[in-house]
Amino acid sequence: MGELFTVEFWDYFGPLLLAGTRDTLVMTVVSTVFAYLLGLPLGVLLVLTGDHGIRPHRTLNRCVGWVINVGRSLPFIILMVCVLPFTKLLVGTKLGVLGAIPPLVISAAPFIARMVESSLSEVDAGVVEAAQSMGASTLQLVWKVYLPEALPSLILGGSISIITILAYTAIAGAIGAGGLGDLAIRYGYQRREPAKMWVAAVLLIVLVQIVQTVFSRVSNRIDKRLK
Amino acid sequence: MRDSIIQIEHLTKTFGTGSSAVHALEDISLDIRQGEIFGIIGLSGAGKSTLVRCMNLLERPTSGSITVGGQRLAWMEPDGGSEKLVTVSEKELRLARRDITMIFQSFNLLMQRTCLKNVCFPMELAGVSGAQARKRAEELLELVGLGDKANAYPAQLSGGQKQRVAIARALATNPKVLLCDEATSALDPTTTASILALLKDLNEKLGVTVVVITHQMSVIEEICSRVAILDGGVMAEQGNVQDIFSNPSTDAARRLVYPGGVRAEQVPASSRAVRISFNGGTVYQPLIASLAIDCGVKVNILGADTRSINGHAFGTMLLSLPEDPNDAAKALSYIRAQPNVTAEEVEYHG
Repeated sequence: MGELFTVEFWDYFGPLLLAGTRDTLVMTVVSTVFAYLLGLPLGVLLVLTGDHGIRPHRTLNRCVGWVINVGRSLPFIILMVCVLPFTKLLVGTKLGVLGAIPPLVISAAPFIARMVESSLSEVDAGVVEAAQSMGASTLQLVWKVYLPEALPSLILGGSISIITILAYTAIAGAIGAGGLGDLAIRYGYQRREPAKMWVAAVLLIVLVQIVQTVFSRVSNRIDKRLK
Repeated sequence: MRDSIIQIEHLTKTFGTGSSAVHALEDISLDIRQGEIFGIIGLSGAGKSTLVRCMNLLERPTSGSITVGGQRLAWMEPDGGSEKLVTVSEKELRLARRDITMIFQSFNLLMQRTCLKNVCFPMELAGVSGAQARKRAEELLELVGLGDKANAYPAQLSGGQKQRVAIARALATNPKVLLCDEATSALDPTTTASILALLKDLNEKLGVTVVVITHQMSVIEEICSRVAILDGGVMAEQGNVQDIFSNPSTDAARRLVYPGGVRAEQVPASSRAVRISFNGGTVYQPLIASLAIDCGVKVNILGADTRSINGHAFGTMLLSLPEDPNDAAKALSYIRAQPNVTAEEVEYHG
């Protein structure tokens, strides 16, 4: 590991690390945003149409639940290969950062839907009922009761989602997505250069720690139940 | 007589179907008058919460009709050979609910909003402008005695304070009726008394009709003018609080009015017993002592549950009469001669 302390190592690997970190962050952030755009409404739908929801609808609830379960049952690496044609169709390439985003979104959205469902289920049914008794419409219940009351929990869920997607980007790296995971696999596994693998891995660990700390702090700060 | 504000006719509510059906409410009819404080009392599972939740259609009844403030919310319409329940449209119901607001045992405040924002909430739903809602919310918090807690969060308040915020919130849309579902059941006796005093005060100041659901007779005693007693989903009795206190005519009523009450079955079979009801005479009337002095007859008190409401005595007492038939007759006629007291000899067979 002595090479870690040489100028040559960093001259060569530094730019690669920077690019890898950038790619990982782009994949993670963009995928998270799109996955929430899909997963959040699905999670809300699950809660509203559930047996004890405010708009119970058994058929719709079971159908959405089934689709989500299918999405979650495929391991990411297999799902990624399965949707390659769709990826090509959607973003024009199967490779690189762009090619990684569609499978990441498809894989994370069902997971996020379940996270959102569990966060919203924590909202006290009595509070929802009180809002109903004041004449709240379904849309008002979602925007003014469910989402704001569950916000601290949604944010904590957000950190779990982001970290999961971050881990998936490393898997995406295995089939040519780029990013820190790709670096770790290429240098650590294919070229047997453990020092480079470890540096990439440490960076991944740091990223996860930062995400978790920031989100936990924000969640704690905005949660008025704890004051 | 004042106009009626809530009319309920032949209301039934059944949960489930077939053999697992639970009849929560059976043929309930009620007439609550404008501006009164009406109590609905019953033991757990009597159906009182279901009944109050039918009043704003949080619970959809199985059959019957509900009219609030002159507006029919649910009614029966012919459907082929039989009848089916029809309710107002969802939009009309949302509007109607601004006139029939509710407070709860668990307060149900929005935990992520300040007190002020909680009181603003129903006005937000109704589309009242922010500044106007804020101003009214401040006034309402002042009215319930929490003017200084506007920016506090519910988690920082005591139970009684939370219920005050909930009351302010319930009043935000100027309702005609305030439904209180076990609103004081989670509070200690002192806080309960202060919340009840507030409800009574608001009833007098604003003229809002208050419907109080409770399992505590003391709550009814404290603020209600009329009361309905529910027992196993059936209306056992309804009327003026004083009438029901002085002379509960059903078992359900007696159990609630005198929970530790005296039961004839517990009296030893060898003695004759008489049940005396105090119907609001003065509490300073030493009946048993004067019986002993005036008639020279000693009676044994088998049990008693009496209480004083505004200086009037209500309650029952079970006396065992002397063995001697003459003494017994003398005592009985003496008791019967007293004002505001009725006596009936209790029949039993050991």
